[in-house]
Amino acid sequence: MTAPAPVSTVDLVARFPEFVSADSRPAYSGFVVKKENLVEVATALRDEFGFDLLSSLTGADYLAENKMEVVYHVHRTTGGPGVVFKTQAERTDPVEVPSLVGVWAGADFQEREAWDLLGIKFVGHPDLRRILMWEGFEGHPLRKDWQEAFYEEDTKPFKSRWPEGSHVYAEFKNPFRDNVKLPEGFSLEKYQPETEDQLYFSLERDSSKKIDGETQELGERMVINMGPHHPSTHGVLRVAVELNGETITSLKPVLGYLHRNHEKIGERNTFLQIMPYTDRLDYFNSMINNFGYAITVEKLMKIPVAERAEYIRVIMAELSRIQNHFIFIGMLINDLGAMYTPSLYAFEERELVLDIFEAVAGARMMCNYFRFGGVVRDIPDDAMRKIKDLVFDRLPAKTDEMERFLNENEVLVARLKNVHVLNADEAIRNSVTGPCLRAAGVPYDIRRADPYSIYDRFDFDVAVRYNGDMYDNYLIRFDEIRQSLRILEQALKQIPEGPINSQKPQYQVRVPAGEAYGRVESPKGELGFYVVSNGKPNPYRYHVRAPSFVNLTALETMCKGEKIADFVALLAMFDIVMGEVDR
Amino acid sequence: MENKYEGLNLPNYNIPEDIQNAVSITTIDRLYNWGRRWSVWPLMFGLACCAIEMIAAQTARYDMARFGMEVMRPTPRQADMMIVSGTVTKKMLPAIIRLYNQMPEPKYVVAMGACASSGGPFKEGYNVVAGIDKFLPVDVYIPGCPPTPQALMAGMIKLQEKIDKQSIKKVRWYEKGKADANYVPMPILGPDLIDARRADEFKAAAAPKQETA
Repeated sequence: MTAPAPVSTVDLVARFPEFVSADSRPAYSGFVVKKENLVEVATALRDEFGFDLLSSLTGADYLAENKMEVVYHVHRTTGGPGVVFKTQAERTDPVEVPSLVGVWAGADFQEREAWDLLGIKFVGHPDLRRILMWEGFEGHPLRKDWQEAFYEEDTKPFKSRWPEGSHVYAEFKNPFRDNVKLPEGFSLEKYQPETEDQLYFSLERDSSKKIDGETQELGERMVINMGPHHPSTHGVLRVAVELNGETITSLKPVLGYLHRNHEKIGERNTFLQIMPYTDRLDYFNSMINNFGYAITVEKLMKIPVAERAEYIRVIMAELSRIQNHFIFIGMLINDLGAMYTPSLYAFEERELVLDIFEAVAGARMMCNYFRFGGVVRDIPDDAMRKIKDLVFDRLPAKTDEMERFLNENEVLVARLKNVHVLNADEAIRNSVTGPCLRAAGVPYDIRRADPYSIYDRFDFDVAVRYNGDMYDNYLIRFDEIRQSLRILEQALKQIPEGPINSQKPQYQVRVPAGEAYGRVESPKGELGFYVVSNGKPNPYRYHVRAPSFVNLTALETMCKGEKIADFVALLAMFDIVMGEVDR
Repeated sequence: MENKYEGLNLPNYNIPEDIQNAVSITTIDRLYNWGRRWSVWPLMFGLACCAIEMIAAQTARYDMARFGMEVMRPTPRQADMMIVSGTVTKKMLPAIIRLYNQMPEPKYVVAMGACASSGGPFKEGYNVVAGIDKFLPVDVYIPGCPPTPQALMAGMIKLQEKIDKQSIKKVRWYEKGKADANYVPMPILGPDLIDARRADEFKAAAAPKQETA
C-alpha cells in the first residue's frame, strides 16, 4: 500500500502575485486567474508544476454577480491531489475567455461544450462549433436566465402538480402544446436551416496530407458519415470520416444525439433526486456513477460514510467494473466481426452480476443504490452468498476460460496486434484516462493516484501495459478484471457488521454552500462531478466530467493514418457509452 | 392428437388425423399473419439504456429467437419492426423518421421504456421529444425504465397478438389510395424542433407577434 500522496503545495499566488489570487469565497478553493494571463499561468502549471492532465473544464453562470466563471481542474499523472483554478469574465453575450487548447489539447471538446451550453466563447479555439445541440439552436441552455419550453418553476419540488385539483401537463402551458420554444418574430417562410458546411470545412482543414511520413498528393477525397444509426458506433454516435483511398485523413465526431439535458435537469432537481439520473449516464455502471456523485456531495456536506457501507460500495463498484470489462471484450470481438458468440459468453456473466444488483437494489441496471452517508439497503444473506460464489469460484474460472478461448486466436491477434492506439504523450495531452491511458504505459488509476473511499486499504496492482496497441488495450481489461477480483476478495473478507448509513434516511439533505469536485475511477476513465451548492435544496451548478466524452477528444489523433476497416475496432477501445458522452 | 397448427387452422374443421400434418384449412389472413408473427425482424437500432436490455433479451438467458425475432437487421430496408429503445432527442428525431420511412410495409413501432413512450424522466429537457408517438404510429408501449427483458418479451407477445388480429384488406398500408399514408414528413431543426405537419400552426403562432413587434 502506498502512503497517501502529499498535500498539494502549489502556490500560484507566490508565483504570479500580479494576476493570481486565492479564491476567497467561503468553502471555495483554488485560485482565480485574470483571464488576460490565463494561458501564461496554465503553461506554467503544466511545465513548472507538472500538472500534465486537464481533468475537467466547465463553466458556471453566476447570474446575480453578473459573472461567468470557467473552472479548470488539473492533475498530475504521477498522482496526488489536483489544483483548481478559475477565471472570470463579465457576463456579456458572448462571454470571451482565452482558449487553453494550445496548452492541454484535452480542452478541445470541453471548451466546445461550454460554448454550446453556456455561451462562453474561447478565443483562439481552432474549431469552436456547437457540440451537443445542433447549429442554429436558439440560446445557450445552461445559462441561468434561459428557460426551456416546459419550464415550470426554478427548482423542485414544485409547489403543486395539482393546482386546481387536477393534474396539469406541461403541454397545456406551452403555446404550441409541445416541447417547442421559438424566438419572437420567428418566421418559418424566411427561415433557412443551418447547413453542415462548418463540419465539412473543419474536416477538410484538419485533413493530414502526410501519410506514413511522406507528403502524398491526395487523390479524390471521400467523406463518409458513420452513424448516428450504425450497428458499431455503440449507440447514436456519428462520425464524419474523410478518406484517401482506405486511409483516414481526417475525422470529426458529431455528438449530441443522446443529449438528455442531464445538467439542466440536475440543477432543477434536489440533491437526492439527481441520484437516479446519474444511473442513466453510463448505463453499464450505474453503481459507479452513484459512487462518484455520492462522494462529491459528501465532500460538500462533510459527513462520514458508515464503515460497512464503504465496503458495500467497493464491492458493488468492482462487480460493476468486472461486468463492464466482460461486455467490452464481447463487444470488441463483435465489432471485429465475430458476431454474437463471444458476447453471449460475456452477457452470461453480466446477468449473474445483475442478479446481485437486483437483489440488493431492486433494479437490474438502474440501481439508484447509494445515499449520502452510505447505501440504501444492506446486502441480503443469500445475495452475499451469491457474491462469494461469484468472486471466489465462478468469475476467476470464467476469466481464465475467456482468455484461453481468445488470447491466442489467430484472427484476433492479427487484427489487434501492432495497430497503434495511443502513446503516452498523445493520451495525456488529450486528457485520455482509464484503460487506454494505462495500456500506453502510464500507471494512472485514481483508486491509487488519489484514493477515495477505502481503496487505500486494499492490496492491488494498477494494471499497466506498455505497447499502446489494440492488443494491449484488449489484454489490460483482463488484468483489470483480475485486480478487481483481488479487491473483492479482500473486501469480502474484511467487511464488518454495522449500520449501512451514517445519516438518518431523509428526502431532503442540507448541503452547505460551497463547491466540490469528486472523481472516481470508472471502467472508462476518470468520472468527475463538479457540484456547486448555494445552501439551497438544489445544486446551483452540477457538471459531469464524463470519461467517454473527454476520451473522444483523442479519436482523431488515434485514427488518422489508420485504415477505415480498423476504425470500428479503434473506436471500441474507448468503450464509449453514449449516455455518458452526450449526457 | 392435438392439432399442431392451431394458429393457422380455422376452428371447427375436422381434418382427418392422418393428413393433419399436411393439410390446413385456413384463410388468407390467417396464413399471412401466421407467417408474419413468427418472423418479425427487428431493426438493430439502439438509442439509450433500453438498448442494452434489448441486447440482453437476445442473449442466452432470455433468447428472443423463440419468437422468431432474433434476426436483428442493421438496415431498415430489411426490418419489420422498430424498437424505439431509449430517449428520443430532437437532434436524433430526423434520423429516426428517415429510418422509419425507409422501412418497407408492413412495419411496426414499439416504444420501449418510459422515454420512448412519454419522455420519461427526461421529459422536461429542452432536447427531448416527449414520446415517439408524437411523430410515429406506435403499436405497443412497454413501461419500465428500462423494461426488463421479460417485459420486452411480453410486449413482443402483445405485438404478435396484434398481428393476429389484422386483416390484409384493412391494414393501413394496403388500403387503396393510401400508399403515402405511412410517410412521415421530416421535422425541421430550426431554432427549435419544428414539426413539418404543423407548419401552418407555427406560422399562425408567429404572425401576431410580428404585427405587435
